[in-house]
Amino acid sequence: MKVALFIPCYVDQFYSQVGISTLELLERLGCDVDFPIRQTCCGQPMANAGFAASSKACDANFTENFKEFDYIVCPSGSCVLHIKEHLQPASDPAVARIRSNIYELTEFLVDILKVENLDASFSHKVGFHVSCHGQRGLHLSSMSELMAPTFSKPAKLLGMVKGLELATLTRKDECCGFGGTFCVTEEAVSVRMGQDRIDDHLDKGVEYITGGDMSCLMHLEGILKRQKSEVKVVHIAEILNSRN
Amino acid sequence: MDHAHASTIFNKDKARTGWHDETLWMVREKRDKAARLVPDWEKLREAASQIKSHTLSNLDEYLLEFEAKAEKNGIIVHWAADALEHNEIILSIIRANNISKVVKSKSMLTEECHMNEYLASKGIEVIDTDLGERIVQFRKEHPSHIVMPAIHLKREDVGETFHKHLGTEKGATDPQYLTEAARQHLRDKFISSELAMTGVNFAIAETGGFVVCTNEGNADMGAHLANVHIASMGIEKIIPKAEHLGVFLRLLARSATGQPITTYSSHFHKPRTKQQMHIVIVDNGRTVQLGRPDFRNSLKCIRCAACFNTCPVYRRSGGHSYHNAVAGPIGSILAPNLNMRENADLPFASTLCGSCTNVCPVKIDLHDQLWKWRQVLIKEGYGSISKKAGMNVMNTILSNPGIYNFMGKIGRGMLRAMPWIAKSKSLNPWYKQREMPNAPAQSFKTWYATNRKKS
Repeated sequence: MKVALFIPCYVDQFYSQVGISTLELLERLGCDVDFPIRQTCCGQPMANAGFAASSKACDANFTENFKEFDYIVCPSGSCVLHIKEHLQPASDPAVARIRSNIYELTEFLVDILKVENLDASFSHKVGFHVSCHGQRGLHLSSMSELMAPTFSKPAKLLGMVKGLELATLTRKDECCGFGGTFCVTEEAVSVRMGQDRIDDHLDKGVEYITGGDMSCLMHLEGILKRQKSEVKVVHIAEILNSRN
Repeated sequence: MDHAHASTIFNKDKARTGWHDETLWMVREKRDKAARLVPDWEKLREAASQIKSHTLSNLDEYLLEFEAKAEKNGIIVHWAADALEHNEIILSIIRANNISKVVKSKSMLTEECHMNEYLASKGIEVIDTDLGERIVQFRKEHPSHIVMPAIHLKREDVGETFHKHLGTEKGATDPQYLTEAARQHLRDKFISSELAMTGVNFAIAETGGFVVCTNEGNADMGAHLANVHIASMGIEKIIPKAEHLGVFLRLLARSATGQPITTYSSHFHKPRTKQQMHIVIVDNGRTVQLGRPDFRNSLKCIRCAACFNTCPVYRRSGGHSYHNAVAGPIGSILAPNLNMRENADLPFASTLCGSCTNVCPVKIDLHDQLWKWRQVLIKEGYGSISKKAGMNVMNTILSNPGIYNFMGKIGRGMLRAMPWIAKSKSLNPWYKQREMPNAPAQSFKTWYATNRKKS
């Protein structure tokens, strides 16, 4: 299966290991992965700040890079949701195709590849941070607000990892407070939200906090490091690709 | 003061912020429990949403039907285009009856119209009779929450306020004792007042009647004792039929506080003998909002405040940070309609997590509207110049792969060689309470070019 890999800009620049793990994981599962080398960003940083109308060139670059593919996979629910909802111009058939062909990594593994078992091991107690855009936007897992059956695509995959113990959090799906530019424009609330999320994980004795969005994890990592905590963040792709 | 600044001050008291968050989260959990007990909760939300959508599309007809029926019942109906006209109508009724003191149960519309201040300036005393509203009124504050107006206060604060205004014992914190003092104080006001004001939760077009929901019975105490009853309502409070009440009353209290129903759901249809009953129907920007396709759904709101209680930002910034009569996510999509310049910060006071949309009993797409308001506000010129310049630079970098690769490399190199560049707590808000991410020597792209390059 031919798959295009979309690596978000900040992951490319700061978390190359997440890109490498995603690529290796997809290759191990039999995908023929292409990485369009002129890709940059989904455009969300501008759009969420109110500048969607001026990110046309960024959108055009994205479309140019990904228009040929049947499957586009990205290790970030937030960037995928942005492309699905806001890549412009919506009237362009290439854009419409991209919008329907783009998948968040765990969604792609569960729904398209139908992965039922994984050769992965990670012998640690792990807390899973549910990222809002993946959950409430892409419906990767059930939502605590809705009266509906519970499920979780990422948790299903984590359940296939040998040795991994998944913590049960008190607040199962509260936002971490990253929120794009919110993390600096509303610094006080953003950090407080992050600290509260971390406390929930620490209470459960986790060694790692994982999640499907490196942006949330980057924010939590910044706070953990400032607290000189030994708890580390790790992207779910790294765990699913791990054999420690 | 904008939301970010006000909430920075709010967050200085860490323990109190934690308490505020926990208190409101508890209400959210009560809501979850109550909703779970209703079979087909999600279908009920959908039904409510559809009834409201239908009503908004036929608002003119339903309002006129309501007016005709209400007048037939003996109610005097007034129309107010804006807040000032509303306040002037209220004043004229008060003056016509030679009254100087009125009691008022909860009405967010009168807050929106700043009616208390207006009437005070004309020599009329308004006594808020909702316990929470009376507390904040004593303190010369505004409600911080539309259902629980004094939720920002601890019982110690209430004890102090009552000691000062009602002469209760200094240091008293027992809720029973304090509530009893408020009750005695308010009984006296009810008995001596000749005019009672209430809000309206639902106005029914087919009957010309209206329903007021309270937990304290204060709307009834006021309306039943006074010779004049004035109810103020926004044009969006209309529902077509009495049978629709069953949908909304089941949703309202469960969404608000987790109660199956409010203690009092009082139906008013016609004045008693020798009583005057007035209804003031207010627009105040609502028809403008109705004309904005992206935002008209905000008029479906039934003011349950479920979006406040679930909002992680509201819980950690408090209602006063929103500097608007209605705070929280719903306030942030209503306020820019009233005044874009003054409220341009509010749609940005959100992480767009989407929890508000999920709890909303009438399915308002709150977080999508927050996103859309951001686009409108920037387009209308309410973004700062520095922000615009920053966005232009970012857009240039992110739309040109060559510049992006180059800048990424330079940026990471600088962060590695001179990490102190980013470590200015005054210039870099990220660094105030968070460490910077490590800047690796190579990007994923560089790694890929070395390890996977095909062709």
